Parts: sequence; structure tokens; C-alpha cells
Amino acid sequence: MAGVTVSNLVKTYPSGSRRATDDVSLEVADGEFLVLVGPSGCGKTTLLRMVAGLEVPDSGTVTIGGRDVTRLPARERGLSMVFQSYAIFPHLRVRDNIGFGLRMRKIDKATITERVERAADLLDLTDYLDRYPAQLSGGQRQRVAVARAIAVDADVLLMDEPLSNLDALLRMQFRAELKKIVARLGTTTLYVTHDQAEAMSLGDRVAVLRDGKIIQAGAPMEVYDEPSDRFVGGFLGAPPMNFFDAVVQDGRLVVGDVSLEAPERLASWPDKKVTVGIRAENVAVDRPGLSGEVEVAEPTGAAVLLTVRWAGGELKIQAGAGFRAAAGDRVDFHFPGTGLRFFDPETGLAL
Amino acid sequence: MSRRERIWVQLGCIAVSLFMGVPLYLITLAALSSRESLNEFPLPLLPTSLSGETMSTFLKSTGIVGGLVNSLTIGLSTVVLALLLGLPAGYALARYAFRGKDPYQLGLLLTRALPIVVLSVPLGRIFLDVGLYDSTYAVTLLHTALALPTTVLITSAIFLGVSREQEEAAMIFGASPFAAFARIVVPQALPGIAASAMFTFVLSWNEVLGASILTLNRRTLPAQVLATLADSPLAFRFAGGLALVLPALIFIAVARRYLLNMWGTTLR
Repeated sequence: MAGVTVSNLVKTYPSGSRRATDDVSLEVADGEFLVLVGPSGCGKTTLLRMVAGLEVPDSGTVTIGGRDVTRLPARERGLSMVFQSYAIFPHLRVRDNIGFGLRMRKIDKATITERVERAADLLDLTDYLDRYPAQLSGGQRQRVAVARAIAVDADVLLMDEPLSNLDALLRMQFRAELKKIVARLGTTTLYVTHDQAEAMSLGDRVAVLRDGKIIQAGAPMEVYDEPSDRFVGGFLGAPPMNFFDAVVQDGRLVVGDVSLEAPERLASWPDKKVTVGIRAENVAVDRPGLSGEVEVAEPTGAAVLLTVRWAGGELKIQAGAGFRAAAGDRVDFHFPGTGLRFFDPETGLAL
Repeated sequence: MSRRERIWVQLGCIAVSLFMGVPLYLITLAALSSRESLNEFPLPLLPTSLSGETMSTFLKSTGIVGGLVNSLTIGLSTVVLALLLGLPAGYALARYAFRGKDPYQLGLLLTRALPIVVLSVPLGRIFLDVGLYDSTYAVTLLHTALALPTTVLITSAIFLGVSREQEEAAMIFGASPFAAFARIVVPQALPGIAASAMFTFVLSWNEVLGASILTLNRRTLPAQVLATLADSPLAFRFAGGLALVLPALIFIAVARRYLLNMWGTTLR
């Protein structure tokens, strides 16, 4: 078991002028499950590949378990990895695929058989051990890739969007299973995804990246509830956080022709513009105070998602499943003070 | 596909097979028939008067067995040498971006634009100087040079079909770059490697011009047959034809095994 420390990693690809990772530092504690999440091109995969040893950083260091591995080839770093494209070997049987890492480490046959069978059992692959990958479904191939990664008992497990090639239903199922398995193994895990729901549900900690930089890292609910940056609020959550511009005047928030009560902490921000953010589920619906016209009502089963025209913009509001509304109806709502987040409109940083 | 289309496809396949098969059959028949039956009219199309006489006369005549051995030696060494040099080049072409990659690929093909005659004469002169003239090495080198472009291009295309991530996975799980290549890439590239080996062998087996110019006493079989063909009886020519076709056919039959899918799927 080992923690991973990444310090000041810089990487620029020869073809790009922009830095793929821009002075990134990150610490993953021993046994922690950390998810790197961000839009495509944010550098999360590059960061993972530098930890894996598949990419050489321009500067900075990678430390695994206290050992500086920046210049070591991948095979000497004592880690294992699950690839986005599975990257299982089509010419080897499932058994040999899972045992590949063990065989390369020159472990004796009996131990290999035992550990392959244990990994296969953990991933429900016991009946498929003698098949070739071409005879498996996509979900089963992904299981083989995970079984191969956990069979080697590595100190650090890396996963590069392992669920993105599965269909939606399978992804949900496998997500829970993956969380269970990794929790049982207790391996330090670095997981890359662009899917914010996956990041929220899997990670002990989530690090949000943009343009090669880590914008915020923290426990999923903390990052979700207290985004340090407007970008994080807009990226995490479905639907994303609502944003609207307001001006602070005499202890009130003025949005267009409406004025709301401003919390205490905005007192230090008098007569200035502020970006206000609120999550769809934090808007209290059917309470007197504000009102707007429903543009779209989307029942999702567990809730009804309303798109409401208000103060010159659109507002997403999540109402209870029993809420009845149709396009054109007027709806009353109210912003509870605890649900409001405030950002500097210039820098996007939380106030 | 409709029933009618299927019939047409079938007919087309039969026609192509006959086009290839009938001459082969006739040559084999003539080579294995007695000398007299060749002069019969109409020529019997079924093996009625089989005899090994023609073949044995042919094999006993001077230089034929030697030529066969030379041809096999040169063909197989050419395959080995072309793969040894061509596989790494094909791999580099498939995996790495480098300056001048496209001109390099084009230049590879351009080497085939030079006629062998133009190449052979200066080559003969160089081989005379370094003492390689009239040896199987000389012809092997020439054939390797001729076969390399196709070897490089075929294998690079096949290496492209094996994803880079698979190699990376192998390296993550403890393989050195070479082990990843040997254990993961090569097994999957076998069909393409077999195809290019086949192509190389047949090229070397059939190449007669360069082989004739570069050797005197160590003739390859085609060069030997060509040299003696003009003043040989008809039966001798058929026997020579069969002796020329057969080894190439056998090599293709053996290598074909690797062309077909091996793991229940074809390599795309």
C-alpha cells in the first residue's frame, strides 16, 4: 500500500502550445479513492498517464509510497491500470489475460492460478476463464480488464474512464460494484472520468480540473455544496447550478426588478455586482416570494425538473415527484438563504 | 443479397478458380504423363497414362536439384532477412510520428520503380569487387532489397491494427518494451507477417532477371530453367513448370494458416 504525491507537474505536448497539465500538485493518501474529473482536454488523462509512467513530465515529480518514480519506466512503479478501451489482449484467454501481470512478475504457477481464480470470482468471471475476449460482451470485457488490474495486488490502481464504453444501465450497475470491490481491497486509487455523476458517486475525494489546473479538491458533497469556483458549480451536478447576476444594495440583493434579502457575509461587498448560484433542488417551490413562468416541465420519475423564466434568464427548479405543472403555468418559489452561493463575476471565485 | 446475386457471385468465383486452376492442372498432368502421351491427339484431359519418367529425367538433368536448393535457400533467407529489417521499420512507421514520414513511405515505393536490370548490372560490379558475385548471398541481398518496401508497408499497416493501449497495458503489468512487442503485438500481427512473408517468398522464387545476372554456377531454379529452356524438349518444359510452381504453392499453403483468424475473430 502506498500514497501518491504529485508535485508541480508540467507537461506540454509537442503538437500543442498550451500546457496539458500546468504545475499540478496533488496528494492521494494511502488507501484513498481519488477521482480526477473535468471536461475533455482538461489534462486529467495526461496527469494519470504521468503517474503511470506512460508519459514523461517536462518538470515536476511523482512519488509513490515515498519513492521518487518520475524517471522510472511504468513496469517498475508497482501499479496497475484499467484502460478506457479495456486494452485486454485478444489473443489470450481470459485466464491468461487476468494472469498476465502475475506471469510477467515471474510468480509461481500455483499462486497465479489461485490469484486469477480469486480475481475472477470477485468479478463473476469464473465461467468465462477459458474463453477468448472476442467471445465476451462489452461489459464482460471490462470485467476482465478490472480483474487483470486487481489480480496483481498493486500498491496503486489507476483507472482511465473505465466505464465510458458501457451503456447507461450497465454503467450504473458496474459503478456500484466497482466501488464495493475497491473498498474491499483498500488500494490507493486514482480514477479519471469526465462524468460528474461517476465522480460524485465513487470518490472519497474529487479533484476538479480545468485547463491543466486543479480548481478544487475535496469530499464529493463538499465540492458539490461549496464550489470554490463558478466553473465547479456549473460542472458538477445535473442539472448544473443556476447562476444569475445581482447587485448588492443596502443589504439587499437586486436582481432586475426583484430584490432579495442578502446574507450577512455580503456586507463586505457593498454596491458591487455579484454572481449568485443556487442548485435546482435548493429552490423551494410553491412558496410565496418570487414567481416565474414555466417553460418546460420534465418529469424524471423521482422528481419534476422545471425550466422557469425569471428575471430575464432561465432557472432550473427541481420539484417533488407529485408536483403538477405545464408549460405556461405560473409557479411561485423562494430561495432559502442557505442554498445561495456567491461568486465574484470577474474571477469566478467564490466569495 | 438476393438469390440471383448470390448465383452470380458463385459463378464469378468459379470462373476465377478455373482461370487459376486449369493451367495448373494441365501443367501437372503433362509433367506426370509419359512423354509419348503428350503427342497424342486429342490430348487426354484425365490422368490416363501416369508416369514419373518425365519428372525424374528433369530432376536428374544437370543443375536442377542444385537450382532447387539454391532457390529454397535464397527464398527462405530473403524472408528472414526482410522480416528482420522490415518489422522494426514497419513498427516505427506505425507507432511514431517523425519528420519526413510521408516522403519516406513514398520513397519506399519508388525503389520499386527502378527496373531490376538497371539495378543488377551495377550490383554485379559491386559484388565482383567485394567477392560476393556468384553466391546465394548476392541474390539474397538483391531480393531482400526488392521485398523490403512491401514488407515495411504491409507490416506497418498491420501494426496500426494493434492498439497502442494494449502495449501500454503490457508495460504497466511488468513487460519491457521488447517483451510487450514480442508477446502482445507480434502474435496479433501474425496474419500480416505471414502475408508479407508469403509475398516475399514468391517474389524471390519468381525473380529471374537479377538472379541470372548475379550468378553463373549458383543459379536459382527459374534462372536455371530459363537458361536451358530454349533447347529442351516439350516434356522438360512442363516438368520445369511444375517444379517452379510446386514449392511456392506449398509455402503459401503453409503460411495461409496464419492468414486466417486464430482466435475466433478476424483482425480488423
